[in-house]
Amino acid sequence: MSVNQVSVFLENKAGTLNKLTEVLATNKINIRALSLAETSEFGIVRMLVNDVFEATNVLKENNFVATLTPVLAYAIADEAGDLNNLLQKFTAANVNIEYMYAFAGKERAYMIFRVNDTKKAEALLKSHGLNSLTQEEISAV
Amino acid sequence: MANYFQPEIECAPLEKIRALQNELLPAQVRRVWENVPYYRKKLEAHGVTPDDIKSIDDLHKLPFMSKADLRDAYPYGLLAVPLSDCVRIQSTSGTTGKRVVAFYTQSDIDLWNDCTARAIVAAGGTRDDVCQVSYGYGLFTGGPGLDGGSHKVGCLTIPTSSGNTERQIMFILDLQATILCCTPSYAAYIGETLKEKGYKPEDIPLKVGIFGAEAWSEEMRRDIEQTLGIKAYDIYGLTEISGPGVAFECSAQQGMHINEDHFLPEIIDPNTGEVLPEGTQGELVFTSLDKKAFPLIRYRTRDICTLTREKCSCGRTHVRMTKPKGRSDDMLKIRGVNVFPSQIETVLMNNGYAANYQILVGRVNNTDTFEVKVEMTPDMFTDNVGEVQARRKVLEDGLRSMLGIKAKVTLVAPKSITRSEGKAVRVIDTRKI
Repeated sequence: MSVNQVSVFLENKAGTLNKLTEVLATNKINIRALSLAETSEFGIVRMLVNDVFEATNVLKENNFVATLTPVLAYAIADEAGDLNNLLQKFTAANVNIEYMYAFAGKERAYMIFRVNDTKKAEALLKSHGLNSLTQEEISAV
Repeated sequence: MANYFQPEIECAPLEKIRALQNELLPAQVRRVWENVPYYRKKLEAHGVTPDDIKSIDDLHKLPFMSKADLRDAYPYGLLAVPLSDCVRIQSTSGTTGKRVVAFYTQSDIDLWNDCTARAIVAAGGTRDDVCQVSYGYGLFTGGPGLDGGSHKVGCLTIPTSSGNTERQIMFILDLQATILCCTPSYAAYIGETLKEKGYKPEDIPLKVGIFGAEAWSEEMRRDIEQTLGIKAYDIYGLTEISGPGVAFECSAQQGMHINEDHFLPEIIDPNTGEVLPEGTQGELVFTSLDKKAFPLIRYRTRDICTLTREKCSCGRTHVRMTKPKGRSDDMLKIRGVNVFPSQIETVLMNNGYAANYQILVGRVNNTDTFEVKVEMTPDMFTDNVGEVQARRKVLEDGLRSMLGIKAKVTLVAPKSITRSEGKAVRVIDTRKI
């Protein structure tokens, strides 16, 4: 199962990311993982949150452009070499990664992948023994 | 080739046209005097009464009207019939001020449709044609105006309205559309899209295009004609006077014939208001001779052009106007090129985006800088940086081909463009000239 990532457009200027976190803070939305892609003019925040529905609603109300993007999340051991093990299976399944980010939990580490065809990639990776996390599993981390 | 919709009036001798105008003008002035307190006050302040207006020779005695009058009298102040006699409103986009709301009785709509029918027939249209109306339908006069004319001519009308270019192309090809009515920039866009899909002019069923509602050049005409394999005709109008069809091009394409049995034109000096002789360039002024609901008297269009009564090879006798050089008050001159905010709006709309933009013009090292801020919309946004950049680039390319100069497009947050009194500020020009 893929996980819904919230992607948000930000102008590349001082204070815009803070405005985003302020909206999320006011509405008690917890960010589980976050990465920021930037160009000289704008940025795109990609994040996993505890309440996707609420997050998109409050962002829209506050004049942010946000979209939901399906991403694949995998748990690995928080030790040297396990990301390498994971990616070897991506290579074997011939799955191309558009971008990725990661965060470490108490016991395990979590890798988030954006791929071109999410459903197809998920099936290919499953045939190589990889089970992606569900929205509930990632929220429970 | 008898390409006339109403030959008895389109080709009437000048004396007959003059006689009709001399009959209509005094009656129209009396009607507004009696029915519109706003007009009566204005005429009184000017020291004129209907008794002073005996023929069109007395036209110059009447005061001018401008957009300011429309604003002051908004919404019902210029209505010359009971509201219950009105069947329709149309409205302008309001980009350069308060929206204009114009009212129509059924006879006003009929008259307007006659005018657009004349334009379609002059371009060679007949009841055997399939006429695709890709002007926007709704408050904008483009769609409803050409739609009505197309019905009068008896064409099979395809009311696609604007946007959704894939669907436009599907109908043109599947239903063998022979006439295309839209803005010239949208025609160019449809042409480019067909070209990208590998269609050659001879594969495209269109024969004729009727394009208006924005300024366009002869170069653009030639481009569109070549890409679509058509002959392109110009059409002129404004919501205040009725909509498209106030004037139109005939097969001779030497200016646009003004439907002067309905709309009486004058050219004035925009600074002094003095009426200028035929052949002199100046501001175009219209008096509506027989519209019932919303008749404007000596309305200043702010369009700069020239009138001529020289004999036209098409056989029509109505006076011709040159293509307007654009409305005087919303044009920008950037790097020597005339830029109208409406052109930028058109590019955005052709790409399926809302027209939430702001133009920033500055000057660095004696060169004009030209930036267009566009508010990000959910349609334009994805999580992929490259994709968003590519969409931005499409807008830049669109602006470049529309304007002939390069503009930098910057994507900004929704609702971030300064709005004053609810309306976006479209132009910020910081050049010190």
